[in-house]
Amino acid sequence: MANDKEDITRRKFLREGLWGACLTGVGTAAGLTVARNNRDNTVWQIDPYKCIGCGNCATYCVLERSAVKCVQAYAICGYCDLCTGYLVPEPKALDTGAENELCPTGAIKRTYVEDPYYEYTIDETLCNGCGKCVKGCLAFGNGSLFLQVRHDRCKNCNECSIAAACPSRAYTRVPAGQPYLLKRVDLAK
Amino acid sequence: MTRFARILTFTMALLVPCLSAVGELRFPPPEFESGYQFPQAAPLPTARSALYEYLDSAVLVAALLLASYLILRRRSRRAIFGLMILTLLYFGFWRDGCICPIGAIQNVTLTAFDSSYAIPITAGLFFMVPLVFTLFWGRVFCGAVCPLGAIQDAVLIRPVKVPRWLESGLRLMAYTYLGAAVLFAATGSAFIICRYDPFVAFFRLSGNWNILILGASLLLIGLFVGRPYCRFLCPYGVMLRHLSRLSRRRVTITPDECIKCRLCEDACPFGAIREPTEDWPEGEYKIAKRRLALFLVLLPVLVAAGGWAGYSLKERLARVHPRVRTAERMYLEESGQITETTNVSNAFRATGQASEVLYKDAAEIRHRLAVGGALLGAFVGFVVGGKLVALSVRRRRAEYEADPAGCFACGRCYTYCPKEHERRKKSREAAAGYR
Repeated sequence: MANDKEDITRRKFLREGLWGACLTGVGTAAGLTVARNNRDNTVWQIDPYKCIGCGNCATYCVLERSAVKCVQAYAICGYCDLCTGYLVPEPKALDTGAENELCPTGAIKRTYVEDPYYEYTIDETLCNGCGKCVKGCLAFGNGSLFLQVRHDRCKNCNECSIAAACPSRAYTRVPAGQPYLLKRVDLAK
Repeated sequence: MTRFARILTFTMALLVPCLSAVGELRFPPPEFESGYQFPQAAPLPTARSALYEYLDSAVLVAALLLASYLILRRRSRRAIFGLMILTLLYFGFWRDGCICPIGAIQNVTLTAFDSSYAIPITAGLFFMVPLVFTLFWGRVFCGAVCPLGAIQDAVLIRPVKVPRWLESGLRLMAYTYLGAAVLFAATGSAFIICRYDPFVAFFRLSGNWNILILGASLLLIGLFVGRPYCRFLCPYGVMLRHLSRLSRRRVTITPDECIKCRLCEDACPFGAIREPTEDWPEGEYKIAKRRLALFLVLLPVLVAAGGWAGYSLKERLARVHPRVRTAERMYLEESGQITETTNVSNAFRATGQASEVLYKDAAEIRHRLAVGGALLGAFVGFVVGGKLVALSVRRRRAEYEADPAGCFACGRCYTYCPKEHERRKKSREAAAGYR
């Protein structure tokens, strides 16, 4: 009987020791988090200078309609008549005919400013973030059209599924206080 | 600038695509004569306030405290179910199933391995708080707080019994999943738990078709097999299982002494009720002892075999890392085995990095994943061996009790116990007496 009792105490001792070790382990994880935490929360954003306009943003987002939308940086735009972000390659005419438009949803509006300049604005309700215009503008234009994650739509997934599919690794986490990476004139290339 | 000049520049741009690298705009922004002003763009929407993150953490702690009270003190299945639905609505449908402790395993792992990664404080809290609660009060998180558990628990209508051997065998998937998730998170390859979260698509009511189908089939199975994800897949569940064995207090079927009436025997849809056991019968004892010795010898063999199997998977494991995939593609193109280029290889060339740097990075990642793969395999081998050993040891149990590891603390078994009815009657009478 005495032997039995001893066994129980040994088991209890081991149990208690293991319990304490586990608590210490969790505590270590807590310490690590506090030491390395990010006071400013982070959100996903696209680095427009890395984006190649591949089209994955429109299809890989967990949302039915992507959280990514196109942004126009007017200060960089060349206001070209022959806009390669707006028109398909070899357009039939330089006008607003649907057969000439590159955007699959017709989200870009072309308005005449003065000869020979045209203004291009994005209708965000129509934009699906496919980046066709971005690719066109990058290829032959100033690159004033670029994609950004809209934070009213983004669910801020732990692992962004577009980021996992991005061929140019353009997605990064940025501080929530400054959640956009915009193109600026002085950085344009 | 005349239109002709512009078209000329345009043609030049066509001819000299590398012009973009010069560092200035192809077409200088025009100087308007009509007094045109840039349109005022609407302000960009700001990110979700950090206050919500603190709210999530507060809700988690409050829900866990309430769950512990309802499960261990109130012992009311109805109240537990109510709390479960509330947390399903909050963490599941309102917060879109992100953030959750299951995925937070990866954030914590990455923090331990990558010094440049800054972990969000909520991810750290979501990982640790349920573990601490489990050390004190068992798997109360699984029972009433986890939205993934709740959605499965709510659809369970006709539970079938899963044989014990099948249950243990299928549970091996969860251990492998945990090991793989830790491996891929530690090497910065991918967050596979988030990528294959089966229910997040339901919570958001949108998502990838494959994931929707996976979630739907798990829910369909869940009509008959209680909580299939929790039992056979959940990586966080594996951690909670083992911590729950050590917990200070946890679910007891009876509030009093077990009278071995056997009424609770079939109460648990998750097969987590253990019947009383006797000592080994005289003849079997010797066989059992020999079996235990065999399995103890087999354990290191299984660990070694697992390690070897994991190591031989290194090529496939390495391909999960995007850098390795890029390197493989670039190698194929540069060695002339493939002539066409892809978005990935074009994007890599556009960065202007030397491919030698890429190959060196990839070799290092491959090495890390080979070592990690061997460790993962050894871990799985150890789990298999450990299970075999555990099965050949007989624990003495004097009464019916909830399996400390497998019990999800759902509270279904309480009402099966006649002693519980007695307790409730007494407490009702006591309450009436006060009035």
